[in-house]
Amino acid sequence: MNNILEIKGLKKSFYQLEAVGGVDFEVKEGEILGLIGPNGSGKTTLFDCVTGIQRPSGGDVFFMGKRITRMKPHNIYRLGVGRTFQLVQLFPGMTVLDNMVMAIQESEGTILSRLFQIDESKDVRRAIELLEFLNIIHLKNEVAKNLSYGQQKLLDLGMVLMSDPKLIMLDEPMAGVNATLGREICERLVELNDRGCSFLVIEHNMRMVMGLCHRIVVLDYGKKIAEGSPDEIQKNEQVMAAYFGG
Amino acid sequence: MFIQLVVSGISIGAIYALVAIGFTLLWQASRTVNFAQGDFLTVSAVLMFILVCLGVPFILALLVTVGISAVLLGYVVKRGIIQPLIDRSHTTIIVATIALSFLASNSISTFWSAQCKPFPQIFGMTPYRFGSIILSRQHVWTIVIAIALILAINLFIQRTKPGKAMQAVAQNREAAKILGINISSVTTMVFVMNAVIVVFAAMLIAPVYMVRFDMGAQLGLKAFYSATIGGFNQIRGALLGGFLVGVIETFTSAYISTEYRELVVLVVLIAVILIRKEGLLGTEER
Amino acid sequence: MANRSNNKPIVWRLLHWGIFLGVIGLIPIIFGGNSYYMYVATLIGVYIITIMGLNLTIGYTGQISLGHAAFMGLGAYTVALMTLNGYSFWLALPLGASIAFVAGLILGLPALRVKHHYLALVTLGFGTVIYLFLSNEHEITGGFSGLPGIPRPSFFGINLSSNIAFYFLVAGFLVVLTIMMLWILNSRWGRAFKAIRENDMRAEMVGVSLLAYKLLAFAIGAAYAGVAGGLLAPLMKFIDPTAFPVHESFWFLIMLIIGGSGRFEGAFIGAIVVMLLPQFLRGAQQLYFVVFSAITLVILIFWPTGLAGLSDVFFRRVLKRNPPQLTK
Ligand SMILES: Nc1ncnc2c1ncn2[C@@H]1O[C@H](COP(=O)(O)OP(=O)(O)OP(=O)(O)O)[C@@H](O)[C@H]1O
Ligand SMILES: [Mg+2]
Repeated sequence: MNNILEIKGLKKSFYQLEAVGGVDFEVKEGEILGLIGPNGSGKTTLFDCVTGIQRPSGGDVFFMGKRITRMKPHNIYRLGVGRTFQLVQLFPGMTVLDNMVMAIQESEGTILSRLFQIDESKDVRRAIELLEFLNIIHLKNEVAKNLSYGQQKLLDLGMVLMSDPKLIMLDEPMAGVNATLGREICERLVELNDRGCSFLVIEHNMRMVMGLCHRIVVLDYGKKIAEGSPDEIQKNEQVMAAYFGG
Repeated sequence: MFIQLVVSGISIGAIYALVAIGFTLLWQASRTVNFAQGDFLTVSAVLMFILVCLGVPFILALLVTVGISAVLLGYVVKRGIIQPLIDRSHTTIIVATIALSFLASNSISTFWSAQCKPFPQIFGMTPYRFGSIILSRQHVWTIVIAIALILAINLFIQRTKPGKAMQAVAQNREAAKILGINISSVTTMVFVMNAVIVVFAAMLIAPVYMVRFDMGAQLGLKAFYSATIGGFNQIRGALLGGFLVGVIETFTSAYISTEYRELVVLVVLIAVILIRKEGLLGTEER
Repeated sequence: MANRSNNKPIVWRLLHWGIFLGVIGLIPIIFGGNSYYMYVATLIGVYIITIMGLNLTIGYTGQISLGHAAFMGLGAYTVALMTLNGYSFWLALPLGASIAFVAGLILGLPALRVKHHYLALVTLGFGTVIYLFLSNEHEITGGFSGLPGIPRPSFFGINLSSNIAFYFLVAGFLVVLTIMMLWILNSRWGRAFKAIRENDMRAEMVGVSLLAYKLLAFAIGAAYAGVAGGLLAPLMKFIDPTAFPVHESFWFLIMLIIGGSGRFEGAFIGAIVVMLLPQFLRGAQQLYFVVFSAITLVILIFWPTGLAGLSDVFFRRVLKRNPPQLTK
C-alpha cells in the first residue's frame, strides 16, 4: 500500500515551547489513522502544519509523494486535503448553502471562469444531498452563525465532504455532537472510507477511536510515544501512563 | 556638515522613535494601529501652547497637559472608542482611528485656529560649540530627553509589575488571561502611557515645527513607518526604525531632494516589507 | 443567479432599480434648468463611483485603502493630459482606469503578502507620494497651477459640453459600473471576497488564494476610482493636486461608513448624504468635517451597517422578517 501522507521529523515551536517535536508517521492509502494524546500534546498544531496554516519549524510533509511543506493552504486544499477544525470555522455571515458551495468553488475552473460561471446547479445539488444526509437541509438558507454548535459542526464536516478530498483530517469531530448523530457520522466515515478516502482523525472519544481506526498514533508533549493497532495501543503502558498520569 | 546632519537626523529620529514606541505599545496591547497618533501629538502641542500663552509657567503647562492628555487621549479614547470595537476587525479599528484623527485635526482648525503659531524656544537659541562643531541646543536636548524617556519606558516595562503584565499581554493574550491578568485594564494603562509619551514628543517637536492643526499628520505617519521598518512588536525595533527614518530623511533632503524624501522613506519601507516582513528587529507574530 | 438561495429579492431589486433609475431620470427634469445643480448632481455621481470601488475593497473584502484619492488622481491626470494633447477621451479613460488598476496591483502585491495593516500604511504612503508628484512635477502636471481647459468629450458625434449632457454621460457610466459591480459581487468572486472578510483562515482552507482575491478586490476598487477621476477631470474642466490630497481618501472612508460599508446601497447613500448636506446648510467646511467624523465614530461603534442598515430595522421590527439584501 502506498502512503498518502508522510510526516517526517515535523517540528513546530512557539517561542521556547516545542509544541511538535520531531514527529514521524504516515497515513496509508485507504486507512483511517487515529491521532490521540492528552490535551496540549500538539495534535492540532500538527494538523495546522500539515495543512499550511502554520509554518513548521522543521521537518517535511509529503502528500501522495509530493512535498507540501510550506505550501500555501489553498494549494494544499486543492491537492485534495480537507480538514475540519477543533473550534468550528465557518463563514458566519453567509448562508449554509453558500458555505457549502464556497467549499467547492475554488477547486473548479480558473479564476477568470469563476467570474463568469452562472450555472452552479451541479454544486448546489451536491450541497443539498450532503445537507440532507447531515440532517440540516431545513437550514440551508439560514445564516451560519444562527446554527447551534452541533449543527455548525455538521456544516463544517459537510464543507469538507463537498470537494471529495483524498485525505480528510478531522479535529475532534465528535466533541459536542450527540451520540446518535455521532454514530451516524461514523457510519458515513466508514462508507467514505470504503470508497477509498483516507482519514486522519484526532479524537478524545476512545470508544470511537478504537472502533473506527485501523491504526493509532499517540502523541505526548509533542513526541510520538506509540503507534499501532487499537489493541496494541490499549495494552501499551506508556500510553496509559500519559493519559492517566503515571 | 556631516556631523551636524547626523545629529539633526538623530534628533528628529529620536522623536519619531518616541512616537513609534507609543505606537508599538498600543499595537502589542490591543492590536490597535493608531492612525490618530500624530493628531494626539497635535492636540497636546495645542494644549501646551494655549496654557503657555495664558501665562502658565512652562513646566506647569507641561504637567497639566500630561494630565489632560492621559485622561482624554488615553482613558477616554480607550474606553469610549477602542473598547467597543476591540473584538471587531482590524479594519474597523483603523477606520475608527482615522475618523478620530479627522475629528481632532478639524476640531482644532475649526474651534481654535487654522494658523501656524510659533512655540516658545524652551531650550534657548544659542548653539553649543564643540571645537569646530556647532550643534543646535534644540537638537542636543531633544536627543537627551528622548533617550532618557525611552530608557525610563524600558525600565518600566522590564522592572515593574504592571510593565511585566504588559509584556505578558503582548506576548500571549491567552496565557496572560489564564495567569489572571486583567487584559482590559492593562490595555487602558498602555493607552494612558502612550498619551503621556505623546505629550513629551509634542514638547520636543513643537519648537521646530510650530503649532498648527496638521503638524502631527506627517509625524504620525513617520512614526508608523519607523515602527514598521524596525519591527512592530519590539521597542528596540521602533527605536532603530525611528533613528533610521530620521537619518535617511535628513540626508535625502540635504543631498537629493526635499520634495521626495517621503518617496525615499517609502521605498526603504517597501524594501524592508519585501525582504523581512516582520521588520528589521521584529519577530514573527501569530 | 441561478439556484442561489430562495430569498432572491426580485421585488426588492426591482424597487431599488426603480428608485435608482427614477432619481437619475428625475434630476434633469427637476433641476435641468439650473446648470449648477446639474454640476453638483454629476459630481455626486462621480463620487458614488469612487465609493462603490472602495466598498468592494473595504466593505466586501475587508481590505483597507487609504489611497483612493491618489487612484482618482491617476485617472484624472491621465485623462486631462491626454485630452489636452488631442487624444480621445474614449481612449484616455480606459487607460486612466488601467493605470489605476495596475498601480493597485503593484501596491497591493508587497503589502498583501504580509500583515494586514501594511496595506493601510503603503496606500497612505502612496497617497502622499502621488500628491507630492502632482504638486512638484510642474513640467508634467502643471504643479499647483493645475491643468486648465480640459475639454469635455463627445459621444458618437453628440457634444457633451453642457452640464446637462455631461450629466447623462456620468449617469450612463454609473449605471454600467453599478451593473458590473453587482455582477462581480454576485459571482463566485463575490462569494470568495465575502468569505475572506468573514474568516480568512477558513477561506484559505477551502482553496481561496487570499493573495489573488485580495489583490483583485483592491485593484478593482482602484480602477473604479480611476474611472471616477477620469470623469472628474472633464467635469471640472480644471484639475490641480488639491483635489487629491491624502485626507480626501479619509473623507471617502467616512462617506462609506456613514452610508453603510459592506452594503451595496452604502456607497450611494454615503456619497449623497455627505456631499449634499453641506449644499443645503451653508457654512464653514471644517465644521462638516468635525460633524461627519464624529458621526462616523458613533456609527462605527453603535451602528456598523450605517444608514443603509436602517432598512434592516424596518424589516425586523415592522415586517418581522429577515431583511433582503441586494447582494448575497
Ligand atoms: N499559536 C500558539 N502560540 C503559542 N502556543 C501555542 C499556540 N498553539 C498551540 N500552542 C501550544 O502548543 C501546545 C500544543 O497545542 P495543541 O493545540 O496542538 O494541542 P492539542 O493536542 O490539539 O490539544 P487539545 O487536545 O486540547 O486540542 C499547547 O501547549 C499549546 O498551548
Ligand atoms: Mg487540539
